Amino acid sequence: MARSVWKGPFVDGYLFGKAEASRASGRNEVIKIWSRRSTILPQFVGLTFGVYNGHKFLPVQVTENMVGHKFGEFSPTRTFTGHSSDKKSKRG
Amino acid sequence: MSGVARIAGVNIPTNKRVLIALSYIYGIGPSTAQAICTRLEIPDAKRVNELSDDEIVRIRELIDQDYRVEGDLRRETAMNIKRLMDLGCYRGLRHRRGLPVRGQRTHTNARTRKGKAVAIAGKKKATR
Repeated sequence: MARSVWKGPFVDGYLFGKAEASRASGRNEVIKIWSRRSTILPQFVGLTFGVYNGHKFLPVQVTENMVGHKFGEFSPTRTFTGHSSDKKSKRG
Repeated sequence: MSGVARIAGVNIPTNKRVLIALSYIYGIGPSTAQAICTRLEIPDAKRVNELSDDEIVRIRELIDQDYRVEGDLRRETAMNIKRLMDLGCYRGLRHRRGLPVRGQRTHTNARTRKGKAVAIAGKKKATR
């Protein structure tokens, strides 16, 4: 079920401070965040976030299209490299 | 009265009830068809070949105005999926790989998305 509109989008509060600090510093550095559950807001557009996937901080360059999605959606937590195709080696 | 009724482009539903015939159009299901019939005051029992030319024109205009059907709707859906894929978000990745998008299990089932089962080459059958 979708979230109630009156609550507004969910964002962990400390992200605002981090985003602003990065904007102020002027350098476009990766902002490391753990908050995968936060919604991407319009004021985050243009910044680069390092979204933690439990292993690494994956850089996510926020574009306008991403607004409304969650940070976690851009940082996959699972690696699946596919099944190996040669089964003969396994048999022998 | 024309032999065939063309509504919303290529769709030619014939001697079925209007309610049913309208749902042959991509993007119009039972409830939308019902809504159209109610708004134009077409009785449920009426069949497409009993419609007057005027009624057909009114149906056509109403659909053109208020509903997105057929090609336009297909294009919109495709664009939405394409947007997800270009964005590089999780749902986009799932679309790219042809796997279920909404968190369903893939250990078993998920055959609609994955297509027909493919045998794993070289896997021995269990012997008794």
